Amino acid sequence: MTETLDFRKQGRQVRRKITEMVVAAGRGHVGSAFSLVEILLALYKGGVLRVDPRNPRWPDRDRLILSKGHGALALYPILADLGFFPESELMKYCRRDGILGGHPEHHKIPGVEASTGALGHGLSIGIGMALAARMDGKDYRVFVITGDGECDEGSIWEGALHAAKHKLDNLTVLVDYNKQQSYSDVSEVCPLEPFADKWRAFGFETEEVDMDHPERLLKILKSVAPKSRPRAIICHGVKGKGVSFIERNLAWHHKGKLTDQEVVNIYNELEI
Amino acid sequence: MRKRCLEVVHRLAKKNKNVIFVGSDLGVGVLDNFKKELPGQWFMEGVSEQHIIGMAAGLAMSGKTVYFNTIATFITRRCLEQNAIDLGLANLKVRLLGSGGGLVYAPLGPTHLATEDIALMRSIPNMTIVAPCDAEEMERAMLASESWDGPMYVRIAKGGEAVVSRPELGFELGRAIQIQEPGEVLFATTGVMLQRALEASALLAKDGISSGILHFHTVKPFDSAALLQAAAKSRAVLSLEEHTVLGGLGSAVAETLAEGNLERPPLFKRLGLPDAFPDQYGSQNSLLERYGLSAPLIAAETRRLMSERLTPAIGG
Repeated sequence: MTETLDFRKQGRQVRRKITEMVVAAGRGHVGSAFSLVEILLALYKGGVLRVDPRNPRWPDRDRLILSKGHGALALYPILADLGFFPESELMKYCRRDGILGGHPEHHKIPGVEASTGALGHGLSIGIGMALAARMDGKDYRVFVITGDGECDEGSIWEGALHAAKHKLDNLTVLVDYNKQQSYSDVSEVCPLEPFADKWRAFGFETEEVDMDHPERLLKILKSVAPKSRPRAIICHGVKGKGVSFIERNLAWHHKGKLTDQEVVNIYNELEI
Repeated sequence: MRKRCLEVVHRLAKKNKNVIFVGSDLGVGVLDNFKKELPGQWFMEGVSEQHIIGMAAGLAMSGKTVYFNTIATFITRRCLEQNAIDLGLANLKVRLLGSGGGLVYAPLGPTHLATEDIALMRSIPNMTIVAPCDAEEMERAMLASESWDGPMYVRIAKGGEAVVSRPELGFELGRAIQIQEPGEVLFATTGVMLQRALEASALLAKDGISSGILHFHTVKPFDSAALLQAAAKSRAVLSLEEHTVLGGLGSAVAETLAEGNLERPPLFKRLGLPDAFPDQYGSQNSLLERYGLSAPLIAAETRRLMSERLTPAIGG
């Protein structure tokens, strides 16, 4: 499964599932999830994360924290597909009898490492986990995915200072740099550039990758991690990636009920 | 009190390698011995309180028990969301040790006072709140924290308080301690207000007014059974706290009395800080005096309450 990961095919399948969930629930952060799909596929399906769906609390597992918790719609179908919980949960998204909420909760969902959604929390939690691995002599790694808008939070940069202080080479931060936040373009609301330079200046071994070529992200994730410093990977992508009329369309950051026509149009584009 | 508190953390850490201490940017020399003996369990992480609570959560999720010390208001007021989500929702074994609870930092002004810390923390599910009255009780609380589940906020007083807690009365988190048998009056205290209640009680005794004292070292979970039992035997109940009267001990007492539906409800008064930012510097004692929390003023307020006429019922 590692060498033959078909991003195109699997990306469409995940987006199809996301759409079905949004239809069922009548709501969801579509754009924020679509830009995240290939990042999560690389980690979970590319043979990067060492996890065991039958034993989600395995002490030696790698930890993935989706700090941009509003991207949960992309995470859920992948976790279900791997067997962390039954597929039937997906259609109960946001329902009172389901475990999958608009933001992921650690104590409810097998495979979810932290309850996120309030932004700017995940990196520090990940740093605590990475420090614990070192104390306990364990070789598990910690991956934290943040949003670009999330990097407006001061706590992200507090965390960045300390990840470097502790030389956490078992920690990787992936930023889903899809260039848009809720209100408008990142460059308008709170510009982050020079973004990669900021992470470098904070002491991270920093890579940039164009998410039109997710196999490059996979290559970086599988390469030998830097020594004595944390890693940041800036994933340049597009909000709403994968469906033409959702891409760069802020109306889809958080979407309510979809019309039948919208659903048909999405499925047509996904060609499944 | 802080010194004793941190000494106990050191002792716990020696016994258990999963006990971790984190400070923010504490005074020079704090816990030097700890740092020397157990460098792997000791952290000083700078003026990054939000980050530290998240980091503590990550450590606790990995099997550690984390003790984090800095100035109380920077833990509670600044980091409310981290406290609620990272610690409360996840229900983790992190102990927040807040220095300067109440008016301790009076000369430093409102930025450094922790006068609504208990109210903030009380609103977080799963959070335990402890406010010991002296160093001895602090030690008992800290030792008990080792086997207590979930997050805990420990309010640390100025230090050097007269030791008034008594080991023979025992100590159990979540259980109030009856320091004096209920009399005509019942004082419900937390933290160092116990000392004031004892002094006020002695003043009242001279006037022939007997007073009981029920001490709530643990404000949450609140020992409502102990309160109702003692209140049922008293004509008047006064809560004493070095904290705004909104949301702290006084509120817990008021809520319990209001819903307790005692056959003969006692007269009741919350003594604490008003809903206002202090407008003076000075000392902790001078501010306590200003807000009516000196022993003579507490005694005077008690006498006034005892002589208060009941509000007639509507239409009655």
